[in-house]
Amino acid sequence: MISLSRALETGDLSLLPSRRDEDWRWSDLRGLIRSVPPQSQDASAHGDGPFTAVCDESMLIINGGSARIHLAEGESKTIALRLVSRAVGTQHHAQVLIDLADGAQLTLLESHEGDGSGYISTTDLDIRLGAGSGLERIVLTAEAADVIAVSQAAVRLAPNARYRQTTLAAGAKRERNETQVVHPGQGASVRLDGAYLLGQGHTDLTSVVTHTGEGGTTSQLTKGAVAGQGRGVFQGRIVVERGADQTDAKMGHHALILDDRAEVDAKPELLIFADDVACAHGNTVGQLDETAIFYARQRGIPLSEARAMLTEAFVGEVIDRIEHEGARDVARAWAMEKLRGLA
Amino acid sequence: MLEITNLHATVGGTEILKGLTLSVPAGEVHAIMGPNGAGKSTLSYVLTGREGYEVTEGTVTLDSEDLLALEPNQRAAKGVFLSFQYPIEIPGVPGLTFIRTALNAQHKARGEDEVSAPAFLKRAREVAASLKIDFEMLKRSLNAGFSGGEKKRMEIFQMAMLEPRFLILDETDSGLDIDALKIVSEGVNAMRSPERAMLVITHYQRLLDYIKPDRVHVLADGRIAASGGPELAHQLEAEGYDKYAA
Repeated sequence: MISLSRALETGDLSLLPSRRDEDWRWSDLRGLIRSVPPQSQDASAHGDGPFTAVCDESMLIINGGSARIHLAEGESKTIALRLVSRAVGTQHHAQVLIDLADGAQLTLLESHEGDGSGYISTTDLDIRLGAGSGLERIVLTAEAADVIAVSQAAVRLAPNARYRQTTLAAGAKRERNETQVVHPGQGASVRLDGAYLLGQGHTDLTSVVTHTGEGGTTSQLTKGAVAGQGRGVFQGRIVVERGADQTDAKMGHHALILDDRAEVDAKPELLIFADDVACAHGNTVGQLDETAIFYARQRGIPLSEARAMLTEAFVGEVIDRIEHEGARDVARAWAMEKLRGLA
Repeated sequence: MLEITNLHATVGGTEILKGLTLSVPAGEVHAIMGPNGAGKSTLSYVLTGREGYEVTEGTVTLDSEDLLALEPNQRAAKGVFLSFQYPIEIPGVPGLTFIRTALNAQHKARGEDEVSAPAFLKRAREVAASLKIDFEMLKRSLNAGFSGGEKKRMEIFQMAMLEPRFLILDETDSGLDIDALKIVSEGVNAMRSPERAMLVITHYQRLLDYIKPDRVHVLADGRIAASGGPELAHQLEAEGYDKYAA
């Protein structure tokens, strides 16, 4: 994994990913970062995060820092993790270790909240799931508009672990949420979903799931709606290594382009080196169905409301897959608010 | 009620309606019959304001108000309802949500109060029962995976819920078996009233055995080629449309 934080730490800008790096060609950073900005200062946050009302406890990281979340064997919790940027023209890095003992159950409600401008925020998450443990991770991005925000998660599962992730992205000048999963098969399962709603800016949802053992399942569904001059990027790769037989993997990415100048770039990939697997992927990029819009208007629904209703229904399929009820409500409200802005 | 005068309309640059004149007074049901390609569906889309259907000449008024100047949703709020030949599937939007959104949008446009949730649900249950629609079906995504007959019944359900003043039925009988045709026709007939008018567009006479028209018009080559009483429908069924061919 190319690490943005390492480049910023060492000051060696040649380490930054550029258009020539295949996995970064749509989210080039070298052209965007000309010098290493100074470190962000300590700051304080006020108010609540988007998930404060629906969690057991809340953790706060402001302008970088590190945190560890550890759940003991059999423990069960809902934790809101707020990664807040309050900075102008500076950079900061957050490092988070999440470590679930066997059988532990965690709902992680992670928000990336921006207050400021021109900052660079990087986050690395190291996520380890013990045997039979479960993690549902909901990521909601609300960065400031003109910033660079890159979050990279490395996820390792033990047998029979369940990992479920939904990323809700609203974009920035450059925003990337990357997830790399090492999937052992052996009863472990992964759900890796995303929704992006952009009126401007850029967001990139990139994932790699590597099946290393027999009998693993992965289900991936990402949906996006892009208006204005927004640009959505989806890169999904599922690798089934030699010997990872009976892998069941599905990947779907479907996006709506709501304006002429909006752009969506998608690269779904299945790399299969095993026999006897069930893998499928589907990818569509299109526009709202004009016939459906007319139908709704014929019933009396105004154009902007009809577009918002149909787009919400389109994205709703992703939100319906969120298991934590409170988080699902937050996600639905987030989508409605974003779509009102796009319509 | 509805007055169409010398209506010309094009689709993709081709003239389909070529000087259509028609008057449908309140309280009456008029049938439009005609061969395929005569412009029947074009007429329904022009009246409801679908994009791509361009009026090049002529006027359409509903109770003396210029209908062509209004957006599709504004026309709906004025009481114009089109029962689609091919109703649209809307995955992710439950039928009840869709209809309630439409009803409240119409109320808002007319400056009326929103319908409360209990009142809406009570009415929906009554109407569903009268059309033999399983209420659970209304909680599912609108028309998604429904059969042709179920979709047509959903159109009539929406019509009954929205209580429009001017109803256009575009090939409502297509895809219906006799039992479904009876239920749908009863639903339509229940809407007949002195304040309402209907335009029933159909290729076959069969539907008119169930929804009895006051007047029958033959639409051929973009204009009304003949008008008469209900007997004209039977004559067309026996003789075909050959003598009206362009």
